[in-house]
Amino acid sequence: MAMWLFLGSECLLFGGLISTYMLYRGRHSAELGPDQIFDIPFTSVSSFVLLMSSLTMVLAVSAAAQKDDRRTNLWLTITALLGATFVGGQVYEFTVMYREGLGFTTSLFSSSFYTLTGFHGVHVTVGIIMLMALVGINKRSRVPGDKAEVVEMVGLYWHFVDVVWIIIFTLVYLIPA
Amino acid sequence: MAIIERPTDPAPVPAVAGSGAPAVVTPSQAYGVLRRPVSSTGWRSWVFTVDHKKLGIMYGVVAMFFFIMGGIEALLIRLQLAGPEGTVLSAGLYNEMFTMHATTMVFLFVMPMAAAFANYLIPLQIGARDVAFPRINAFGFWCFLAGGLFLNTSWFLGGAADGGWFMYQPNASPLYSPTNGVDFWALGLQITGIASLTGAINLIVTILNMRAPGMTLMKMPIFTWMILVVQFLLLFAMPVITVALFLLMFQRSFGATFFDVAAGADPLLWQHLFWIFGHPEVYIIVLPGFAIVSEVLPVFSRKPLFGYRFVVFSGAAIGFVGWGVWAHHMFASGLGPVSVAVFSVATMLIAIPTGVKIVNWTLTMWGGKIQFTTAMLFAVGLVVSFTIGGLSGVTHAVAPSDTQQTDTYYIVAHFHYTIFGGAVLGLFAGFYYWWPKAFGKLLNEKLGKWNFWLMMIGMNMTFGPMHIIGLQGQPRRMMNWTEARAGEGFFNLGFWNRVASVGSFILAIGVFLFLVNIWYTHRAKSNTPKAPLDPWDARTLEWITQSPPKEHNFDKVPTVHALDEFFHRKYEVDHETGEVRKVATAEEILAAEEAQGDKHIHLPSPSYWPIILAFALPVMAYGVIYNRLLIVVGGLIVLLAMFGWALEPSVADDSDYDPPAEGGGTNKELATIG
Amino acid sequence: MSTTAEHSDHTDVEHGHGHDDHAAHGEHGQHGQHGQHEEHGHKPTSYYVKVALFLGVLTALETATYWVVEELGAFLVPSLLIMMAIKFVVVASLFMHLKWDNKIFSWLFYSGLILAVLVYAAFLATFRFFTPT
Repeated sequence: MAMWLFLGSECLLFGGLISTYMLYRGRHSAELGPDQIFDIPFTSVSSFVLLMSSLTMVLAVSAAAQKDDRRTNLWLTITALLGATFVGGQVYEFTVMYREGLGFTTSLFSSSFYTLTGFHGVHVTVGIIMLMALVGINKRSRVPGDKAEVVEMVGLYWHFVDVVWIIIFTLVYLIPA
Repeated sequence: MAIIERPTDPAPVPAVAGSGAPAVVTPSQAYGVLRRPVSSTGWRSWVFTVDHKKLGIMYGVVAMFFFIMGGIEALLIRLQLAGPEGTVLSAGLYNEMFTMHATTMVFLFVMPMAAAFANYLIPLQIGARDVAFPRINAFGFWCFLAGGLFLNTSWFLGGAADGGWFMYQPNASPLYSPTNGVDFWALGLQITGIASLTGAINLIVTILNMRAPGMTLMKMPIFTWMILVVQFLLLFAMPVITVALFLLMFQRSFGATFFDVAAGADPLLWQHLFWIFGHPEVYIIVLPGFAIVSEVLPVFSRKPLFGYRFVVFSGAAIGFVGWGVWAHHMFASGLGPVSVAVFSVATMLIAIPTGVKIVNWTLTMWGGKIQFTTAMLFAVGLVVSFTIGGLSGVTHAVAPSDTQQTDTYYIVAHFHYTIFGGAVLGLFAGFYYWWPKAFGKLLNEKLGKWNFWLMMIGMNMTFGPMHIIGLQGQPRRMMNWTEARAGEGFFNLGFWNRVASVGSFILAIGVFLFLVNIWYTHRAKSNTPKAPLDPWDARTLEWITQSPPKEHNFDKVPTVHALDEFFHRKYEVDHETGEVRKVATAEEILAAEEAQGDKHIHLPSPSYWPIILAFALPVMAYGVIYNRLLIVVGGLIVLLAMFGWALEPSVADDSDYDPPAEGGGTNKELATIG
Repeated sequence: MSTTAEHSDHTDVEHGHGHDDHAAHGEHGQHGQHGQHEEHGHKPTSYYVKVALFLGVLTALETATYWVVEELGAFLVPSLLIMMAIKFVVVASLFMHLKWDNKIFSWLFYSGLILAVLVYAAFLATFRFFTPT
């Protein structure tokens, strides 16, 4: 329940960041706007990766519920790897954009874009840390309390981060400015 | 393993030193670096505690400290304005004073003081032994303390924030506010915001999951209900200010231009984000006061609360409509006619549930056998003052009239009547009402009445004249006024400014008497006797246990059958005569409960991690301002503390300890911060 | 991390893992053997894979609009928003188990979500975001 409350609260956080971006997405110089800078095919691949990590997360939760430690760890590890791929993709994307001249302070568009996606990236990173911690803890079977429940909590968080990306992908990338 | 054995219990108990003290067994080695703290006495028992009662008291003490600080800032402001061309403060210092006065009072006094009451009372009122996440609770308190201290170190590091408590942009941009004050403000509030958010999650889960058997939602004490509404407001309002503060931080420390008009930005963005948070915040501040009064009035009127359901639903309605009125703070910013009309109507609507509450309180007193104890006086004072503040609030809802009043002292008068009259008086009613519960002694009633009347007179003398000053056009936040433009006769600004300044000192003496009262009651040779078990003939569950309550609150978790359970256990209606008569005393009820107490009670164990985690945050915050390296250092401490926390079971190993009810997850806590 | 053993027994109707709740949804097997926790809503792997495939197809469709922006015209934004909403609801109710969990979780989460949508929509409206200039 605490996790659900926290996620409800996070809706307002990302809502604020997305709204800020929506407000400012048109405020940039002529050649460095969203339509020029985004690489849609690349981003859709990394979106797909994140989506698939949700699937592996579900399988991890499912395995944990059946007290199958080995499969739980396997799926958790794969989820973390997919998440890391996504973050890696984001870092690559940022680097490319930066080379093209879009720094954090270049325009209102760039500031709000980096803030929004950066916040999301940090959330994914925190999720990866939690996943790895879970794997490490599981190996030494030191989870206090109910293991499956803990995995489920992390799972909820992970899906939420994915869901936020579903929204960001559509509103930020796909809808033309 | 903090197993509390009841001393009277004949079951094999590990040798207990002393008689009444709970036995604490040496813990097994905790996972991670640190052994568990085990002290049940001395400073360690406070610093590493996870007990909601100790944390509640600490919240109260620290908030009181900040109250005095904010009060001194207010007195300096009034000294400056006591005469024409005041020279007590420089213009810069004056700006810092009113900014920090407001910030301190709102974020470091009223909110945490409400948290103090909520922490202390909610588990007692719902018949629980602690909150749902005791360590997160401790973490919240230390975050609040760390954030508050961090915020106030700015006084010594180049100057405090000076942009007004709403920190409008671009006025608070580095160009116009070159010191680090605003940075301290943004980061400090970020940290106290974590405290509010974690506290909100914690209390909501506690209230929804841990009520005593039989206590359905509509049998919950009204205080608990109102606090539940407040926690939902906090839950959804804090992330909005978090976004705003992050944008502000990126703007000031990392060169972004979110509010820079020259770069094409819209400074209204800040105003909107701030007030989307800010208006729910108004209800976050005032509803705890309402909550307390709704408990105090029925007890001293010897009648049940009139229209319990109406009070509950109007509270929920305030919580909901409170989200749709934020732009009435911005009528003067050129929103456009449609927005102004919509928000104007919404603002008028919210007066309805508020009015419902006032009617309910009045009708609670109507025909009751009213006892004017100090707590009751404060409660009645709240009803009266808040009505005045509410009525002047309705005049702001009318946009054309508001345009006249914006940025004048009329606004200052209005919100002090609502915040001081609505929240602070309520908190004082709570002090007097629950003091015997928390500390086992009754505060002196005679001093209490002086306390009340001086505060009441002082308050009306201070804030009453501000209506006049404001309608005469004196702007708020102006560092001085001149005799030449003060006007004449009854409406002379100078006269009323002097009255307000004198009033503020009377108010201060009133508050000081409260501190004197505490000292008088608890000094070493005080002859104040121990308070009776049920000094007020109260109605709710917290009075069913000892005063002060034992560490585990209840020997036996009471079973609830009715709203106002404790009252119904004490009184019954005589079916023949229709009279209400007393059938049991509080002592008898307590004895009956204790006789069937639980043999083994497991309490969560104290922990080092919450305080370590909380104090890593200001390290990061200093890093943002001074040296980025510190961010990394702080971040590493945070990470380590989280792992330590995650690896430490909340209750030390015990074979017969059942899996926790809800989550039990360590990673919830990780995520709460992430 | 409830405080006492008692509390795990007393928690009443709103409790997250309300046992009545998944008793009412008996279609998902397994429960009973591992105690009361965790058994709600766990479907076989193939079920989740199918859901993920569906989501993947939707993502592909979304991406496909990128090349046919002109052809779609006024339909573009609504269709994208609808696909987004479907994906959101599918992940929330199937992957996050909201469909099978106690209703109070849905209530808590969606109240946050709906509040966010309403408040920020009003916020953008005051900037005349939705009115073409």
